[in-house]
Amino acid sequence: MLTFVIYKSVLCVVIFAISLGVAAYSTWWERKFAAFLQDRKGPSRAGPFGLLQPLADGGKMFFKEEIIPNVSNKFLFILGPSLFLLTSMMTGVVIPWGKDVTIGADTFSLQITDINIGILYVLGVTSIGVYGIMIGGWASNNKYSLLGAIRASSQMISYEIAMGISIIALVITAGGTLSLRQIIDQQDAGWCNLVYQPLGFLIFLICAFAETNRAPFDLSECETELIGGYNTEYSAFKLGAFLFAEYINMFISSALMAGLYFGGYNFPFAHEFYNSLGLQEGSWLISLIGFGVYFFKTCIFISVFMWIRWTLPRFRYDQLMNLGWKVLIPLSLLNLVLTVVVEYFRGNIIL
Amino acid sequence: MALQLTNRSKVVSNKEQSLSEKLYLPAIVKGMAITFSHLFKKAPTIKYPDEVRPMAPVYRGQHVLKRDENGAERCTSCGMCAVACPAEAITMESGERKKGEEHLYREEKYATKYEINMLRCIFCGLCEDACPKEAIFLTDRIVDTDYERGDFVYGKDKLVEKVDQRVDVSKRQTPEVLAFKKIPGLKHNELFDGKKLNKGKH
Repeated sequence: MLTFVIYKSVLCVVIFAISLGVAAYSTWWERKFAAFLQDRKGPSRAGPFGLLQPLADGGKMFFKEEIIPNVSNKFLFILGPSLFLLTSMMTGVVIPWGKDVTIGADTFSLQITDINIGILYVLGVTSIGVYGIMIGGWASNNKYSLLGAIRASSQMISYEIAMGISIIALVITAGGTLSLRQIIDQQDAGWCNLVYQPLGFLIFLICAFAETNRAPFDLSECETELIGGYNTEYSAFKLGAFLFAEYINMFISSALMAGLYFGGYNFPFAHEFYNSLGLQEGSWLISLIGFGVYFFKTCIFISVFMWIRWTLPRFRYDQLMNLGWKVLIPLSLLNLVLTVVVEYFRGNIIL
Repeated sequence: MALQLTNRSKVVSNKEQSLSEKLYLPAIVKGMAITFSHLFKKAPTIKYPDEVRPMAPVYRGQHVLKRDENGAERCTSCGMCAVACPAEAITMESGERKKGEEHLYREEKYATKYEINMLRCIFCGLCEDACPKEAIFLTDRIVDTDYERGDFVYGKDKLVEKVDQRVDVSKRQTPEVLAFKKIPGLKHNELFDGKKLNKGKH
């Protein structure tokens, strides 16, 4: 029992630290990558290659003056970013980062908890995250913040539908399980889910951009019309919490995409590779390699997020709604129907 | 055909978008390919304090008031530079050398105050051309930024070179330049030719 508690606490702390670390260095990589795409150098003064930049930014955020508007609801004003950060940290709980490690008689999973409704849990928690933005925008008592919050919430609600339907299609392909671990494990032997769900992946990708409020769907926090949207009245660490949570969301949705569609910690000829190294099932080295592979895939997706951001201009609000309701939802329904038909003929669904 | 300066203009048409245009995806992929290709391009950035952009050897930057080989100031406060200056950036006040100051000032008259307003200066180098005593030169140093307007008026403390830190102006003080300054036809050379000055030409 004691081993269990210690191991779970250590795992929680490690995943917490990794999420925060990745979020911090995403800001660095965002600026660096943007610079590369625009033929610039990017941050280079703080440390080698500007690697200490996140620390400098964080320090700046921390020591800035904290302003709470007089007319705001103070409790809700503080609750907003806290809730947003909390929910974004909570989604990381169900992601399996690698295969189980066996030490002696004990088996340690690299997943904080393997609940059987894994994806549903992620969807549920991210929709609670909308409350963070809504509450924050509302409590600011500022029309720009309110407009930003309205945009963010309507956008998240619209795109969650298409995302949910594309996930249903994926779950059908994956044999009817919602557990992330099982979905990743069933991609071990055969092809990764991308082969079976190319359209579903595209829909999921687009929805993930909208869900994380990233460009080209970042009109809820656009500077030009809304002066930063729901961020307008926030300063210092509460602003930092909003921005940070957004990067953590990006990290988690990248991990989800890598796991759901790209096989997570599996990679082609993994078994042959492990056998050639003479590794036994349950070895910590297998888990480590698997974690490295998964992490690499996740980083690639984070870079794709940035690549898109620095390529595409922002959508207009009506375009966003048209895309969500008139294109993505019908498309995801079509994808669902196609999946069911194909799976029926493959004999995976018995009516 | 209408006048065309470049061949990049396109005739506007209101025709229906084709399927591939409506999908947006081909256009998005195209755009992403363009940004991706920029990943491998070399940034033209010059990291300024670490790297310095190559300068012309005769770059006209911050001025220096030269001392002679004994360390005495060359400037005699004749005012030729101030007259030549098209931006009226130079002002000076003259003083008479006292006994025992021979090591400080080269001739009997010297500038007690010599100021160049770096915000007015256009760095044309005419002061240098006008100087009959080889006292003022433009150098390859860049005028520092500052917070106050007043701080851009450089006095003798900033302009006169330090005795132990001579400023090299050999790039601008070439033999050709010296020969050019001796050409008798030039007005300022005439002016300082003793005989002609006595004739009261000016």
